[in-house]
Amino acid sequence: MRHTILALMMLLGTALAASAQTLQSILQTHGEEIASPSRNSVSVALDDLVASGLPQTTDFLEQWAEKNVWQRGDGIFFIGVEADDSLTLTDIDTGVQSTAPVDDFTQLKPNGGVRRVIGTALVQFQLIDPELTRRETAVASIARRPEAAQLAPLLASIDGEVDATLKARKIQLANFLSARFAENPADRIAAINSLATDTSVEARAVLNQILTKTGGVAATAPDGNIATIRDPFINPDLSYAALVDANLAPARQTAADIKQALESNIVEGRIGGLPLVQMDDPANRVAAYAALAASGAVPTLITDEVREAALTAHVFYTLYSEQNPDITTAATAALASVETRVASAQAVDLTLDALSLASIFFLAAIGLAITFGVMGVINMAHGEFIMMGAYTGYVVQLFIPNYTVSIIVALPLAFAVTFAAGVAMERLVIRRLYHRPLETLLATFGISIALQQIAKNIFGTQARPLTSPDWLAGAWVVNDVIQISFIRIAIFAMALIFLALILYILKRTRLGLEVRAVTQNPGMASSMGINPNRINMMTFGLGSGIAGIAGVAIGLYAKVTSEMGSDYIVQSFMTVVVGGVGNVWGTLAGAAMIGFGQKGIEWLNPSNTLAAQTDMILFVILFIQFRPKGIVALKGRAAGD
Amino acid sequence: MERSFIAKNPSVLWFLLGLSLFTIVVTILSEASGTALISTSFLKTLGKTLCLCLVAIAMDVVWGYCGILSLGHFAFFGIGGYAIGMWLMYARTEDIIVSSLENSVLPPTPDEITNAIGTQIFGVVGGSDFPMIWAFSHSLTLQLLAVVLVPGLLALVFGWLAFRSRVTGVYLSILTQAMTLALSLYFFQNDTGLRGNNGLSGLQNIPGLEAVSQATLSLWFFWASATALGAGYLLFAWMTSGKFGSVIRAIRDNEARVRFLGYHVESYKLFVFTITAIVAAIAGALYYPQAGIINPAEIAPIASIYLAVWVAIGGRGRLYGAVIGAAIVSLMSSWFTGGKAPDINLGFYVIQWTDWWLVLLGLTFVAVTLFFPKGIGGLFDLLQTRKGDKA
Repeated sequence: MRHTILALMMLLGTALAASAQTLQSILQTHGEEIASPSRNSVSVALDDLVASGLPQTTDFLEQWAEKNVWQRGDGIFFIGVEADDSLTLTDIDTGVQSTAPVDDFTQLKPNGGVRRVIGTALVQFQLIDPELTRRETAVASIARRPEAAQLAPLLASIDGEVDATLKARKIQLANFLSARFAENPADRIAAINSLATDTSVEARAVLNQILTKTGGVAATAPDGNIATIRDPFINPDLSYAALVDANLAPARQTAADIKQALESNIVEGRIGGLPLVQMDDPANRVAAYAALAASGAVPTLITDEVREAALTAHVFYTLYSEQNPDITTAATAALASVETRVASAQAVDLTLDALSLASIFFLAAIGLAITFGVMGVINMAHGEFIMMGAYTGYVVQLFIPNYTVSIIVALPLAFAVTFAAGVAMERLVIRRLYHRPLETLLATFGISIALQQIAKNIFGTQARPLTSPDWLAGAWVVNDVIQISFIRIAIFAMALIFLALILYILKRTRLGLEVRAVTQNPGMASSMGINPNRINMMTFGLGSGIAGIAGVAIGLYAKVTSEMGSDYIVQSFMTVVVGGVGNVWGTLAGAAMIGFGQKGIEWLNPSNTLAAQTDMILFVILFIQFRPKGIVALKGRAAGD
Repeated sequence: MERSFIAKNPSVLWFLLGLSLFTIVVTILSEASGTALISTSFLKTLGKTLCLCLVAIAMDVVWGYCGILSLGHFAFFGIGGYAIGMWLMYARTEDIIVSSLENSVLPPTPDEITNAIGTQIFGVVGGSDFPMIWAFSHSLTLQLLAVVLVPGLLALVFGWLAFRSRVTGVYLSILTQAMTLALSLYFFQNDTGLRGNNGLSGLQNIPGLEAVSQATLSLWFFWASATALGAGYLLFAWMTSGKFGSVIRAIRDNEARVRFLGYHVESYKLFVFTITAIVAAIAGALYYPQAGIINPAEIAPIASIYLAVWVAIGGRGRLYGAVIGAAIVSLMSSWFTGGKAPDINLGFYVIQWTDWWLVLLGLTFVAVTLFFPKGIGGLFDLLQTRKGDKA
């Protein structure tokens, strides 16, 4: 309607102003509305300005929105910049500058609503602005606040768009706007159907917007686009409360209400004829209340039957705001399709998270698996070696401020430190406990207690930072649902590197050959000339060294405290136990199973990660019943305990 | 001629004698009998130590005598504590609620009382309904049964699953650690209905005995703990003597050979595992009312490992060794970490025992495992051989 009047006025305007128009003259025609605009009246002036097609309009509108337009006493408008008492003025049409004292002028300060309307009008120009950044800003502002009026200019600007990414974005936004605001229902349905493949949060927001519904209750079903008719008996209390809110039924008395009513009607130690002492029985309370209600002292008790009658007498509906049922059907279908896609994207995201978790468990556990496979020794201080590696990284970062260099230095240094610690532990403690695995377990546990406390004494109880270099910050974002941080990708890559490295050492080097021989049969290996003591020492050192490097990696993404070891020790044990010992692939399988298992359980119950860990442990305990030696078990006589 | 039980196990007599003497001395010195040479809080510490000695004996039997290194036995201790704590908390809150509702205009209905108790107990975790596991918490008898049955059942199921698939050695120890970790994580959740990491508190107030002073109450619990310790000692001494004891010691030394001799090894192991779990739970049920509070951090994996530390230092394979180890190490632990031990000034560094006690404990444990596998109990052996030499 407004558009036709506008068109007429424009025709009139152009007919009247046969001579060349200046911006100033248009402004003067609408002088009052521009000087003190309101959100409704300003659109008339704006339409005229926009229709004039003058090049200075864009700039003027921008300056106006930024409160840089001043009006002189005689009504002429200027663009002005204030400096102390004087104003540097720019003529609106010619751009000629001049100065004048401030006192002669009044500043135009459009309010928020008016500025928004100006902004909308500006958008049409900004969408075809030759500068890319301005077009992007305009598109972003449309995305933030979509309005019906923006659809036409947006559609008009798509064809002329040269930048491919921006063009795709404009098409996407145009779809969003058409879905909501297009005039023709067929256009809207077409736009909605095209949204069915868009997994972005915005698309879902648009679809949900179209499907907004309000709940209500009435005696009969209303006209309009009904979404659902609820069964009130699924949750009778809630449904009755809705009836009460709509003033269609009297409020139900709660136990507290009944109690209050009874308390205020005590007559000579009796309520409604029943003695006070009998009021500890709920049945008596109800009887007393009924008696009071019969005498009119209190409103009638709303019993379950009364409530059921009320519920059956009314219709509980939810109504779409959108009147056209074709559109809501299309939107529901599109939303269902979007949600399926989102669910599969979530599955991919979960897989990525599980892979990352599995890689962390693998790194933490591989050292343990190697020492257990070769020596049959469970090193309970393994967690503390991880912690030592992390603290080594922290100390290195104290001396080397450059994060990238410090990590490059920290990795081999952590390996060296924990290698040395592992060798020392093996020579001093474990060698003397040969053939006594339980004692070894306990002795290494004593060392673990001591190490934890020493670390606490040296570094304090606060978490220490181990900062990753800047190029590892941020995340790889595929779409709204699938994203993974770069640090986790780096840890995954490190785990793969280690897998390859360990396989290489074990399969292709002399040391690896000797380690495998001692794993399979220490007696025979020593008969063949291999020194089992030396191999044990090197293996223990290697396992501890890997733990140290794992510590640096884990410290980068988790906190470095003296207790971080105990967080990973039980999981590392379980990885080793589930995966089976003596074989690197076993540890990999174990880490994968525990990582995926834990993430899977977390997905089923996202609010409770403690429950996920608990259930995972229970699963492992049960798994051991069926495969006591783990997933990949060593075969042969020598592989007994 | 068959020698009497006491003749075959002279240590039992000595131990019971020593325990009775100790109890009598402490009673005389306690506040309740007027001399007040021992404060009530120290009396509680002694009572708690006796309970720890009881659970240490249970650990000794399952590990030192039967060879099952269970690093999760403290979980049963905790479950016993929680079971009795539930009744204590319920009954005490009930008393409070009933007395506070006495002055209300209308006499309260049973539902109102239950709801009020529920809000009082679970308000701290944001709920007010009673979770399922509190179904029997109103009855002392049923909760006492739970103290015995719940850990017993858990031990039975876990043990059956583990032993039947021949999981032994370090694998079993790791699984028991996993079990106790899972249990503590489970208790930490608010959904479980045990108030999450707030735990159960106020357990030192015994419902029905509010008129009795804490001094007298502590003394009663001390007597109860001493009696339980004596009874447990007798029970296990009897169990580990005779044929049954021989079999389980044989299982410790060479399980395969015992199996080949025809014994059903799994049944023996399961029996020992379960009964030690039940005794541990009873010890827990006596411990926590003296401690006053229980929370899931108590059954963290490390607590079960400390149990092994006590038994190892005291001397495994002999019952009095476990008692000595538990008593000495736990008392020393509280002395050192309580800040009462004098700091050692080395000039460049002051050794504060609150920071360094754990280091000492860890290293001592390593030394004991390496060089003194018989623990402190081994010293008694020296005594024996000396006597033998003289004769």
